[in-house]
Amino acid sequence: MIVEISGLTVRYPEILALDNVSFEVGKGDFLGIIGPNGAGKSTLFDVMLGLNTKYEGTVKFFGSEIRKSRKYLGRIGYVPQNPVFERNFPATVRDVVHMGLGKNSDAGRIDGILQQLWIHELAGRRIGELSGGQQQRVFIAKALVHDPEILILDEPVTGVDRQSTDLFYSILRELNLQGITIIWSSHDLDAVNKLANHVACLNRTLFFHGESEEFFSDDKLVKQYSEASMQEHMHQH
Amino acid sequence: MSLEIFSYGFMHRALISGAAIAVLCSVVGLFLVLRRYSLFGDAIAHSSFGGIALGLLAGVYPLWTAYGVSIASALVITRVRDKYNISGDASIAILLSSGIAAGLVIIGLSGGFTVDIFSFLFGSILLVGMDDAILVLVMAGIILMIVLLFYRQLLYSTFSEEQAQVSGIHVQRINYLIVLIAGITVVTSIQLVGVLLISALFVIPNVTAIMYGRGFLHTAVISVILSVSAVVAGILISYLLDITPAGTIVLLSIGMLGCTMGLKSAGLLSR
Repeated sequence: MIVEISGLTVRYPEILALDNVSFEVGKGDFLGIIGPNGAGKSTLFDVMLGLNTKYEGTVKFFGSEIRKSRKYLGRIGYVPQNPVFERNFPATVRDVVHMGLGKNSDAGRIDGILQQLWIHELAGRRIGELSGGQQQRVFIAKALVHDPEILILDEPVTGVDRQSTDLFYSILRELNLQGITIIWSSHDLDAVNKLANHVACLNRTLFFHGESEEFFSDDKLVKQYSEASMQEHMHQH
Repeated sequence: MSLEIFSYGFMHRALISGAAIAVLCSVVGLFLVLRRYSLFGDAIAHSSFGGIALGLLAGVYPLWTAYGVSIASALVITRVRDKYNISGDASIAILLSSGIAAGLVIIGLSGGFTVDIFSFLFGSILLVGMDDAILVLVMAGIILMIVLLFYRQLLYSTFSEEQAQVSGIHVQRINYLIVLIAGITVVTSIQLVGVLLISALFVIPNVTAIMYGRGFLHTAVISVILSVSAVVAGILISYLLDITPAGTIVLLSIGMLGCTMGLKSAGLLSR
């Protein structure tokens, strides 16, 4: 197992964000993490990415507790939900992808990655000028350019049009087929069903973790998830 | 224009150190502007006023005490801002006013200085000696080497602190590094435009260059070209017209900004 999370609990002053969450991710897995808004997905990602170190339990990447060393970050790529940056920032697509290079990465990979994600023609354009879908592909390119073993994506297609989303999903499938382990949070149950081979269903605690076939063949579980999402949706509106 | 002015030693020193300062301020200033720290250079410059006054009082070369006080106060205010969650503009105001206040109190305690403190406030590039010119070149070389060495970390953490952190960059250390090199750059540059106008060299060429819609390196190169042009032209024009170099340099920079705005409005800068 290349990711082992055991008894993970995160408390905020007035809320228990994650309660005794445990799961593992094997090499080459495509894990879809689903759960309604406020289920603790972002908290879980913050912990996995080393942004939140105030947790109970153990979180191991590649066999080592992440609080002891940040070296594991060099072996993962991360695509945020809504990348926050100054729209007028003077960075081209090539500049942004270059930022993702590690100390020992090969700068020659940049052109290959841009071509693989069909954004090589945008290489000289400023990142702020691109559409949401194009920007997401740039951020995947940045996450991949240092040749990571795990790709972590936090609801990466929020606000992206359908066509770009479909292209994005086909890219994820291709990357997984190439051997990259993917941990992906999403609200899109259909997409999780089609792409992921494992599902973790989170609502502050983990109420399902297993193969996606098992989850999607259990109508009761799918209904339970759908109702929780719907309630959250109604609550927000 | 008479070519005679190019034969003067003081003009050589002014032009060489002025150009070095222009390059330095453009490069360091680009990171500050993009981090929304535009006034941070101004605040460090004002804190250096306290350091200059301290040096004059203690009989030490004022730039050395200015380096110490500016860098120390910039690092302290950065630490305080992080620890007590003070907003960026408030921390700049604290740094700015405390430096001026300390300077005024020290001047009051000493009963006034015989040295012309106005040369530090408004700059005196034409009076730069050989030692100062060498100091400027050495400092510029060191700072530019540091920027080159940490280029990816500086750019990435300026673009997005969170993403930089997730990629394994020690963002907090890079933030302190930026403050450190900004402090050294400001004090090194005081001789050119003085305490009161220093932030113009950090901000105006970079704001102008960003409008050209290019990538990071091209933007930096455009900024350097604009800045060096303004400084060199400003020094020459001010000498010929017998007016203040600092004010002339800043007004030329403003003129370049205005022209760029005009080009952009006319659609001549769109790619």
